[in-house]
Amino acid sequence: MTDIMYREALRRALDEEMQRDPLVFIMGETIAERGGSYKVTEGLVKKYGARRVVDTPIAEASFTGMAVGAALVGCRPVVEILFIDFAMLVMDQIVNQAAKYEFISGGQGKVPMVLRTQGGAGNGLAAQHSQSLEALFYHIPGLKVVMPATPRDACGLLKAAIRDDDPVIFIEHKLLYMTQGPVPDEEYVIPLGKADIKKPGRDATIITYSYMTLKCLEAAAALENEGISVEVVDLRTLTPLDKETILASVRRTGRAMVVHEAVKRGGVGGDIAAMLMEEAYDDLDGPVVRVAGKNTPVPYNVRIEQACVPSVEDIVEGVLRML
Amino acid sequence: MAHPPVADRSSRPADASPGIPEPILLGMYRNIYATRRFELTCIEFYRQGLIRGYLHPYLGEEAVAAGACAALRPQDYIASTHRGHGHCISKGADLRLMMAEITGKATGYCKGRGGSMHISSKQLNHLGANGIVGGGIPIATGAGMGIKVRQTDQVVIAFFSDGASNNGVFAESLNLAGIYQLPVIYMLENNHYAVSTPIECATGCCDLAGRGPAFGVPGICVDGNDAREVYRETLQAVARARRGEGPTLIEASTYRHGGHHVNDPGLYMDPQTLAAWKARDPLALMRRTLGDEAKARAIEEQVEAELEAAVTFATESPEPSVVEFLAGIPD
Repeated sequence: MTDIMYREALRRALDEEMQRDPLVFIMGETIAERGGSYKVTEGLVKKYGARRVVDTPIAEASFTGMAVGAALVGCRPVVEILFIDFAMLVMDQIVNQAAKYEFISGGQGKVPMVLRTQGGAGNGLAAQHSQSLEALFYHIPGLKVVMPATPRDACGLLKAAIRDDDPVIFIEHKLLYMTQGPVPDEEYVIPLGKADIKKPGRDATIITYSYMTLKCLEAAAALENEGISVEVVDLRTLTPLDKETILASVRRTGRAMVVHEAVKRGGVGGDIAAMLMEEAYDDLDGPVVRVAGKNTPVPYNVRIEQACVPSVEDIVEGVLRML
Repeated sequence: MAHPPVADRSSRPADASPGIPEPILLGMYRNIYATRRFELTCIEFYRQGLIRGYLHPYLGEEAVAAGACAALRPQDYIASTHRGHGHCISKGADLRLMMAEITGKATGYCKGRGGSMHISSKQLNHLGANGIVGGGIPIATGAGMGIKVRQTDQVVIAFFSDGASNNGVFAESLNLAGIYQLPVIYMLENNHYAVSTPIECATGCCDLAGRGPAFGVPGICVDGNDAREVYRETLQAVARARRGEGPTLIEASTYRHGGHHVNDPGLYMDPQTLAAWKARDPLALMRRTLGDEAKARAIEEQVEAELEAAVTFATESPEPSVVEFLAGIPD
């Protein structure tokens, strides 16, 4: 194991997959010489050349559509959309084209592409650069949605996403790029659709993903000091959803809380809560709790920005409310 | 007249197709005729309730697909539109599988899941018709990028309309193809209407081919009702693309013989203009220039037999199984 940064873990995944498969190529804005805004693709153009590390103009809809086309003719493109907010420009190509192709072609064609992007608040980037929009993609049949929280998961899941034959929306969090964590030295792949119990516990289950996993672990540590044992399930992949792990954990603890940064209304948490009502009602000792972002655009000012997203205190309070 | 047809250059003597080998000419005629008859059959089926949803006939525009696809090799790709039957037929589709798809049968190209607006064929390297105007343009551009990454000498034709040329992805994609010198031919079928909106109401500059040079892409205007002209220009564009010299924009000027879809009577179309275009019917024009009645007849008989077989096949084919369909849906 070696400690590396989240962004280095992503770079390692891209590097290993490009090395392994000459049909993997990457496209995006300022990803070549500049190495990307978050330095994920640094150095790759030197190693693989401009044919496979492609700088694009600011034309998200079309270069994302190009990934669909390139995937259809046998390549495995990875496109980078600088902010998930900008992914709103590519919805036709993702929702109407990539997600539908295998289905409407009667299974003749697959779209093995990855759309890498990042979201989340925390850097004072205001309403058009801070959103958590995973629910939009989660809602669409035909897409897979991956949201890793740690360097180890980021590398292993990105490799799996590139090897997957379906379109994968791979959502990073801007506050995670500089976080560090241990990563195996040997090559490894983490299968999509497997949640990870980041901390075992007895009294309650927290279901979360992406950056909120870190906050939930902090909250769980604080609660541990009070003698409350919380299990933290990091979903890692939203689609396919690892219902088995969620249900098994909730059946053990009898209490469930879903935590995400995205606004509560219409969020993934509501869907998971409903699923628990349908499939684990008899195992629950109380209502499922949601701790999520406020139903508002993300503001610029740091104090009100912080007030929009769940804090460690919010999570602790949520757990105490359940018990 | 708002949309005068391209000046008729077809009345030249029979040798007015210099350099085009006879099998190509006959092949183009076959595809024009097959498309015409296929569309008329579909309209009939639609009226009988055997086809549901939308049906956008390619009547009047058949020469564009026939001429363009004649310049391709089987391994080349096309991306098509909601008005896509002609592209599919000219790419070599089996009329039986097409008819089965359009009538929603399990034996169709897409197992009855796609219908008229979504026909695709992996075997034909037909990337698919598209229900979104302009939706296929970036996909075709990406197929060009994929070809470049894989380093083969294939090319792609993106079929789209004057309507799509006013969508943002047209400009983006043309620009992208220009940057990376992609082997893509942008075949702009200017039928002068986006649904019911005439092109002069949809842009301040009706010189659509002229948009190519703005992105460093050659732009050429051809008579879209003359398959020979479409073929010749496409052939040159294909040759450039195979040599690695990048994309071409071809504006093929043509006209629908009716409304936007089968239920649109097209009352907004000026009858005089429509009559002038119909007088330059691509089917009649191509038949005249063949100059060989016996060969034309033989083709027509062959197509009629194929079409009859397609209708029988589609009629006798089973519907998709609901149980099987539901079983395939993940949790």
